[in-house]
Amino acid sequence: MNTVRCEAIVLRTYKLAEADLICVLLTRDHGKVRAVAHGVRRTSSKLGSRMEVLDHVDVLLAKGRTELLSVRQVESRGAFDHVRDNYERLAAGLVIVETADAATIEHHADEAFFEMVRRALATLGEAPTPSVVATAFLFKTLAHEGASPVLEHCASCGEDTDLVAFDLAEGGLLCSSCRRGRPVSPEAVALMRRILLGGLAGVLREEGPPGSAEVASIAIDAVESNLGRRLRAARVLGAH
Amino acid sequence: MYPQPLRALIDELGRLPGIGPKSAQRMAFYLLRQPDEDARRLAGALVEMREQTSLCDVCCNVADRSGRCDTCSDTRRDTSVICVVEDPRDVVAVERSGAFRGTYHVLHGALSPLEGVGPDQLRIAELKSRLADGGVAEVIVCTNPNVEGDATAMYLSRELSGFGISMTRPASGLPVGGDLEFADDATLGRAFDGRRPLEG
Ligand SMILES: [Zn+2]
Ligand SMILES: [Zn+2]
Repeated sequence: MNTVRCEAIVLRTYKLAEADLICVLLTRDHGKVRAVAHGVRRTSSKLGSRMEVLDHVDVLLAKGRTELLSVRQVESRGAFDHVRDNYERLAAGLVIVETADAATIEHHADEAFFEMVRRALATLGEAPTPSVVATAFLFKTLAHEGASPVLEHCASCGEDTDLVAFDLAEGGLLCSSCRRGRPVSPEAVALMRRILLGGLAGVLREEGPPGSAEVASIAIDAVESNLGRRLRAARVLGAH
Repeated sequence: MYPQPLRALIDELGRLPGIGPKSAQRMAFYLLRQPDEDARRLAGALVEMREQTSLCDVCCNVADRSGRCDTCSDTRRDTSVICVVEDPRDVVAVERSGAFRGTYHVLHGALSPLEGVGPDQLRIAELKSRLADGGVAEVIVCTNPNVEGDATAMYLSRELSGFGISMTRPASGLPVGGDLEFADDATLGRAFDGRRPLEG
């Protein structure tokens, strides 16, 4: 039997039969994989630990008869437990794992992206405004996908003042003569620049930086259109 | 292929949770071979369940046509304490533990942002109106000890903070990541005794 041990973050779970769980894992060394954890929903589970969305774990995976891997052992690293005990942090954490799931394909190793997800979740424990961490993660995902929006000047004509609109299809910020897409406030422009063009650490230390709600909405729209998928968690949680 | 009525039954059974096409076929053929009266009894139970059950006007648990569940009809229950659960099956689990003499509120689900289930799809408005009516001193949030259950508990804690009611959650002893249904009676009983204040 072929087994492999790896560090993983649980992105998503699906209940299967009475007590099993299919887990979508983002692993450090093997990219995104799906694995079934047999009996993990029982209190008497022998796997060693729980397997839940947002868990940071070491797992022993075995190749089964089917394409699906199976989880033989789980050991919690407990690194993101802080995400679980506060509503804002949990909401931001769910947006991050949903985005990570949407942005990855199975069996495509990408350690840099794994680290990005791990750091974003770890940062949730320290940042005073968790939703800003999620917004920053959305922009970083865009950049990782090679779809970083143009923020320095008008994406259409190059004009570097009077930037009043944002349209990802046009490339990013737009001046008043080229305007398309949604209008943006000067605060939102400044915040997006700080997130993507240096200054993120400062943003993450601030409590509710100006323009953050607007920038969050821009980020969700941009990532959804780039990945061609709806971000349900962001939509559901954003409405409240 | 099969005659149309049989196909229709296979289709319907196949829509049930956890039932694949193969199981649906097996069940349909089993029913086909059963005596007429057995199949009719099953059909009758289905129809009666639909016609004779409703949700309790007070706690949203399943009830008969009267619109009051057994617990809410029982005058010996302590109406100053409400135990909030996700599912009617959780009411059965808590009742079995014998640790609780108050009343319930059934949310019919938990916040599952990844599945697109938000607060509006849960019976939270009904809970708020119960609290607004007064007479409630404590709300025990007994949602499942998993991500969805935790998210729901923290959301409720924030949403209901304005009512000035003590909010607690059975914390210790509950199997982490396990479904409430899987918790044994003694564990659940201990968890109730050791409940802790809930923070959002
Ligand atoms: Zn322009
Ligand atoms: Zn009732």
